[in-house]
Amino acid sequence: MKFGILINEGPFTHQAADTAYQFAKAAVAAGHEIFRVFFYHDGVNVASDLAVPPQDDRNVTDNWVKLAEANNIDMVVCIAAAQRRGLLDANEAQRQGKRADNIAPVFRISGLGQLVEAGIECDRLVTFGD
Amino acid sequence: MAEPWEEENEGKVKKFMFINRKAPYGTIYALESLEVVLITAAFDQDVSLVFTDDGVFQIKKGQTTAGIGMKNFSPTYRALEGYDIEKLYVDKESLDARGLTAEDLIVDVEVMSRAQLADLMNEQDVVMSF
Amino acid sequence: MAMLHTVNKSPFERVSLDSCISMAKKGSSVLLIEDGVYGALKGTKVADKVSKAMDGITFYVLGPDLAARGMTEERIISGIKVVDYAGFVDLTTKHENFQAWL
Repeated sequence: MKFGILINEGPFTHQAADTAYQFAKAAVAAGHEIFRVFFYHDGVNVASDLAVPPQDDRNVTDNWVKLAEANNIDMVVCIAAAQRRGLLDANEAQRQGKRADNIAPVFRISGLGQLVEAGIECDRLVTFGD
Repeated sequence: MAEPWEEENEGKVKKFMFINRKAPYGTIYALESLEVVLITAAFDQDVSLVFTDDGVFQIKKGQTTAGIGMKNFSPTYRALEGYDIEKLYVDKESLDARGLTAEDLIVDVEVMSRAQLADLMNEQDVVMSF
Repeated sequence: MAMLHTVNKSPFERVSLDSCISMAKKGSSVLLIEDGVYGALKGTKVADKVSKAMDGITFYVLGPDLAARGMTEERIISGIKVVDYAGFVDLTTKHENFQAWL
């Protein structure tokens, strides 16, 4: 089955991104396809590669990066939500005249249309948030 | 000219329902939910909105936000008609519980019982709740 | 059509479980996850409501979330099924649509 996953909360404050990760891992293990993971609201913070969690804790962003790389998952960060919250890729940083970019590899920034498309194309859209 | 995604998804229409359960301003969910609603309509999908629990406060008349320094986005609900979004449903139980009536609302809505809303929800392909 | 609902809020703090129960149709399923798992416990002030709703709605609870919170299966209302993440995935495939009561 083809799954779309929507993540509405950032790492650590809420469990949402962790639950979604465990769900995605189980879905892939069961032979399902993850068509796309879409990060919205504070969920865009999962894409920051500047986070440095303590070594004895899980690294939510790394978990997602590894899962996405191993399974070729399309990881999309909502551009409007990301810009509000200071999440920029190299192109956007340059375009907006900002001094740094902070999107981890594997994630790409795009519009909300990508979420709607996931809703249209997937058999199920599963939401995790607060 | 049509965007590539428009061509790809041509003819594919799903029933999208947005369930609004949170009050405006205290959190960003109502505003960012509205952004998804507008994009979904732009994809020519079958869109309906439900206001229940504190979501009914999103469409309260007379919102005046100058004092809190935030943008009043409630006029956007009035503009939904222009995007062919005409299926707005409000949960009667939630209105009653909050001392509101349809007269308090900024848009024309259909007031429904939870049983009626449950039937509608059940017919949807994609349900999103923020 | 049978729908899968998830509830991730404690019923002692939010109305998510209430709203979910009142809008879930007979034949649908409710999966309690994250802080929502507290709604599956026996002997609480919401246990009666959940037990009554089980006449028509099937309840599941996410085992890893229960364990993380120090709760064992003996404390769960009888008839609520414990699933793991693979079970969560299975439930989404076996229901036609999905709603998260955030």
